[in-house]
Amino acid sequence: MTMMTMTQKILARHAGLEEVKAGQLIEARLDLVLGNDITTPVAITEFEKAGLTQVFDRDKIAIVLDHSTPCKDIKSAQLCAQARKFAKKYHITHFYDVGQAGIEHALLPEKGLTAPGEVIIGADSHTCTYGALGAFSTGVGSTDMAAGMATGLSWFKVPAAIKVTLKGKLAPYVSGKDVILHLIGMIGVDGALYKSLEFTGEGVAQLTMDDRFTIANMAIEAGAKNGIFPVDDLTREYLKGRVDRAWEAFEADPEAEYDREVVIDLSALKPTVSLPHLPSNTKTVEEVAGLPIQQVVIGSCTNGRIKDLAEAAAILEGKKVAEGVRCIVIPATQQIYLEAMRAGYVETFINAGCAVSTPTCGPCLGGHMGVMAAGERCVSTTNRNFVGRMGDTSSEVILASPAVAAASAIAGCVADPSKI
Amino acid sequence: MKIYKYGDNVDTDVIIPARHLNDPDPKALASHCMEDIDKDFAKTVEQGDIMVGGANFGCGSSREHAPLAIKASGIKCVIAKSYARIFYRNAINIGLPIMECPEATEGIQPGDRVNVDFATGVISDETQGKTWQAAPFPEFIDGIIQSGGLLKSLKARGAAK
Repeated sequence: MTMMTMTQKILARHAGLEEVKAGQLIEARLDLVLGNDITTPVAITEFEKAGLTQVFDRDKIAIVLDHSTPCKDIKSAQLCAQARKFAKKYHITHFYDVGQAGIEHALLPEKGLTAPGEVIIGADSHTCTYGALGAFSTGVGSTDMAAGMATGLSWFKVPAAIKVTLKGKLAPYVSGKDVILHLIGMIGVDGALYKSLEFTGEGVAQLTMDDRFTIANMAIEAGAKNGIFPVDDLTREYLKGRVDRAWEAFEADPEAEYDREVVIDLSALKPTVSLPHLPSNTKTVEEVAGLPIQQVVIGSCTNGRIKDLAEAAAILEGKKVAEGVRCIVIPATQQIYLEAMRAGYVETFINAGCAVSTPTCGPCLGGHMGVMAAGERCVSTTNRNFVGRMGDTSSEVILASPAVAAASAIAGCVADPSKI
Repeated sequence: MKIYKYGDNVDTDVIIPARHLNDPDPKALASHCMEDIDKDFAKTVEQGDIMVGGANFGCGSSREHAPLAIKASGIKCVIAKSYARIFYRNAINIGLPIMECPEATEGIQPGDRVNVDFATGVISDETQGKTWQAAPFPEFIDGIIQSGGLLKSLKARGAAK
């Protein structure tokens, strides 16, 4: 019998096979197909061009208008209108428009649309986020989304895996973002190309769900097909009241084969940043503290959850954003926004001089709500720092945790949160 | 034909920046293709030119707009050391020919005259008198390419209605 990784077991089950091997091409049944306002219109065009007239299951498609919303220009508004019309025509159950929406990868788990053991594709590269819950989820393009909506099936090459063993416990001011940036720095932006990143070890239990979402979210930045965590008591607690359908937890075989094993001692990690223009270009904050900045963004599918806002608020409480710095805070969903208001974080942010926005992906991809001018530099809790990602090609993005971002906003330069 | 050669980790943000994603018309996308790292590309590219990239070509965002922009620009084929997986799927699904061949990627120089044979995977550099063999596609993926893209292959199989 073939020994399988967690990912391989989920894929085998969804392909109706007893076992699968790395490299095998399979067709798997989908539990959810996701798209956003940038990728869904392209999928709709392909869907219609192919003369398709049926979706496989209106309850298993999610369309979230989150990238250019509330619409930044007329062309974006047209794309949203196209998605809205399609959702209405096919009676898509999980359609989220401005006012109900949030950033897709924070919203879907919150709404209970993602569960352990499920297979989920999304026309958005950060779809790998749901691996935090023990699901197999991966990013695809618009044509794959169209095919998934029509058939409920998708083809995959069964991935080999890298085992990431976590041990120890994070120090204060160190979070899931530091873990994933550190890992990407170790293995590189193509270090896990076509592979799964399977997280395991006693350190997993020390990570909150929000930390796990952040880590799984950026698996793609190491080139991975997916990142996945085992299901434990914390996962079950998170799912309570959100997911009422049956789900199944899969475990890797103890003898499963891995291409490589990486061990990370959580207790040894320090606040970490990625300098321009690759997420793998990592340094500890102490190595680069003092680099002047003009903007801070706290939010995104990577770090716009309630724990992220709590960590930023704890640092900004009673402090002021430095003169010459614009600090933009974006709760990832309406629910997170409400929680942040009730907890007093929104007041803390506004008193500190931050701009607080309705949920949107906006600045992360240089869309709107924080586009940068030539030569500007931003410390951002988002996920990519490519050339021109957040604005002018000479602007720079430094990726960091919410704690580092908040500390940097106060200092006016890259700063260590423990020293604020 | 001309060669456009780039380095490792060409990401989809530079292939087509997000500020241009509000108009997914392939011609509109092509007019901005590569502009953040190569301002001359869109102005000078012609039908039948070849793009050569390094490792992890097409990393980053899942935007299908990236292979669409390259295809609509007239590029006949991308040759790279390796591809980021979503770009790889997208290129196959929309019918942008791609080849994986580390040796050719290193060997081919801008200004070379290069021929590609998709049926055999042979890449010939006439200027240098060299040939290389690209990695063959698995049969299943080749089937998608031969059908003219994913949706056409699904329709042909009767899997999509």
